[in-house]
Amino acid sequence: MKQDNILTVEHLEMQFGGIKALNDVNFEIKRGSISALIGPNGAGKTTVFNCLTGFYKATGGAITLFANGKQTRVGKVLGEPFQSSDYVNPAAFASRLRYKMFGGSHLVNRSGLARTFQNIRLFKEMSVVENLLVAQHMQVNRNLLAGIFNTPGYRKAESRALERAFYWLEVMDLVDHANKLAGSMSYGQQRRLEIARSMCTNPELICLDEPAAGLNPAETHALSSMIRVLQKEHNATVLLIEHDMGMVMDISEHIVVLDHGEVIARGGPDDIKSNPKVIAAYLGAEDDEEVTL
Amino acid sequence: MSSSINIKKSVIDTLLAGLLSLIVFGPVIGILLDGYDFTTRPSLLLTMVAIVMVGRFAISLFVQSEKGQMMLYKHQNNDDGVIVLPPGHKSKMVYIVPIAIIIGLVAPFVATKYILTVLILGLIYVLLGLGLNIVVGLAGLLDLGFVGFYAIGAYGLSLGYQYLGFGFWSMLPLAAIMAAVAGAILGFPVLRMHGDYLAIVTLGFGEIIRLILTNWTSFTGGPNGVYAPLPTLFGLEFERRAKQGGTPFHEFFNLPYDSGLKYVFIYLSLFMVVCAVLYIKHRLVKMPIGRAWEALREDEIACRSLGLNHVLIKLSAFMMGASTGGLAGVFFATYQGFVNPTSFTFFESALILAIVVLGGLGSTVGVVIAAFVLTVTPEMLREVADFRVLIFGLLMVVMMIWRPRGLVRITRTGFAVRKGVA
Repeated sequence: MKQDNILTVEHLEMQFGGIKALNDVNFEIKRGSISALIGPNGAGKTTVFNCLTGFYKATGGAITLFANGKQTRVGKVLGEPFQSSDYVNPAAFASRLRYKMFGGSHLVNRSGLARTFQNIRLFKEMSVVENLLVAQHMQVNRNLLAGIFNTPGYRKAESRALERAFYWLEVMDLVDHANKLAGSMSYGQQRRLEIARSMCTNPELICLDEPAAGLNPAETHALSSMIRVLQKEHNATVLLIEHDMGMVMDISEHIVVLDHGEVIARGGPDDIKSNPKVIAAYLGAEDDEEVTL
Repeated sequence: MSSSINIKKSVIDTLLAGLLSLIVFGPVIGILLDGYDFTTRPSLLLTMVAIVMVGRFAISLFVQSEKGQMMLYKHQNNDDGVIVLPPGHKSKMVYIVPIAIIIGLVAPFVATKYILTVLILGLIYVLLGLGLNIVVGLAGLLDLGFVGFYAIGAYGLSLGYQYLGFGFWSMLPLAAIMAAVAGAILGFPVLRMHGDYLAIVTLGFGEIIRLILTNWTSFTGGPNGVYAPLPTLFGLEFERRAKQGGTPFHEFFNLPYDSGLKYVFIYLSLFMVVCAVLYIKHRLVKMPIGRAWEALREDEIACRSLGLNHVLIKLSAFMMGASTGGLAGVFFATYQGFVNPTSFTFFESALILAIVVLGGLGSTVGVVIAAFVLTVTPEMLREVADFRVLIFGLLMVVMMIWRPRGLVRITRTGFAVRKGVA
């Protein structure tokens, strides 16, 4: 099953009480591409991210992920309300009950989607390596007895996890900081560690929420090339929210522009640059005014 | 750094300290109630105040000296908490642990019966502290009802013996499992809660258990309590006359009866269980589950974004902590020979929490030291029994000022840099 798109979002709708944060959002992400989600402040970009990664339960629409060789409906793994047909179909009832009790955003991650956060969320009082080891929780030997008796199989799995952790530290240029506390590193390093940590979960799609926020131009440039490395060498599809237009236009192949909870434009960087609606949304200009980005 | 000594400042400090001690000790020491009357004891009061003032003056002078300044500087930079050890760090514990084990094994044969009972109590609190340390220190879930699991362990032994005829050794694992199940039952509905809310719910849980034990008189014996059996050694019993259908130990070996022998045996069994729990705890913090607990304490949302099932991780922390509490309960019941609900009040929960906080959240060695400090000190302070809780409170205040992160500094293992492989 090789789908062309890794993620499809159809008619996504998110309501907080009376406020409609997202209204009929549609877009697809091509496998192996770098895409960007942009828009003015308060347009609903982070809300889209939270819906995709399962931190919000979307009030309408469907998000489908085609990763890890299977198709995952995000709404389903978060736990949906029972339907009347479930009461005659025990299998469907059991599956829904299971997702209701033990479902959640962690299942979205396990089906191949990782994310980072706008305000960095590292395990600050753990060392850098430990941050990366936690991310590999699903890949190590979690057997309690094996761990307590320190069996050869357990030691092998741990050493494998350490190798993978150091691999990502090398990629993100953090090897010198391996034994520091995550919280004691500089801002840029913390950003990179967060990306390394989400890559440790072996995702096929990685969503970066403002990865370049607070970085200086040189660091932003280095980050751009790291994101390209993720795409080229690790077959990761990248979706990012970013305000740094230079970076967005430089690395993304496909851009989705959001304003007031609606998609106002989709296309390549060149189309977006010259799209009058986008320019109007960003600069607050009238539709017929001539502005260039 | 000025090395000149400012006498004026020292005098002011001294006078202030004297005034404060007058206020504190005035009612406590200066006035002796005698029926409806009272007598004043100015001489004793003045001696106390004088001691405080002389001490304060000496400290003030010392702090202003070169050496004192150095010491202050060292302590000020001490509170940044967690450090990562360099890779390949050799812990001094390699030497301390075997010595501690040897001392622990020899102790019952040299100690008097009284000291032995204090040691047993200390070890029981070590178990309780280790259990709560998993929940509060590692997983960061504030649990004020931990005494509930302790009660389940203790009553598990007594009631299991009374109704099912199970002895100590079969109830020991069963009580741990029962406490773990209770932990899961408590854990599941409160998983969505954090901090204060969780603390209140768990506080309620502890009280519910105690009230059930008090009021379900037909089953638990209510406030009268129940008998708890002693452990047996391959069917040999340690009481004067066999109660569990075996042979008394002293008759089997033709020895004169010694009532202290049962404490020696309880101590040795407890010591082995504590060593096993310490080893398991030591392994757990290095294992994926231990790392996940700590990650959950640091940031739950990040954990979920990394594919960790926070429900199961919290449940496992609750269950592991509760089962250790259950083990402690079994030993407590057998040590007392009898349990009743008054042993499981909120004060007990607070004491266990104090052990964990005093020792340092997440620190194993710290909890062991703190457990002994908090159980042995009250025994040593029997002379001033009325002020025990006061001294206990003062100790906590002083600790929180000087070592807010606990007695033992938390360290994290460093990893040697290696070649990464994708």
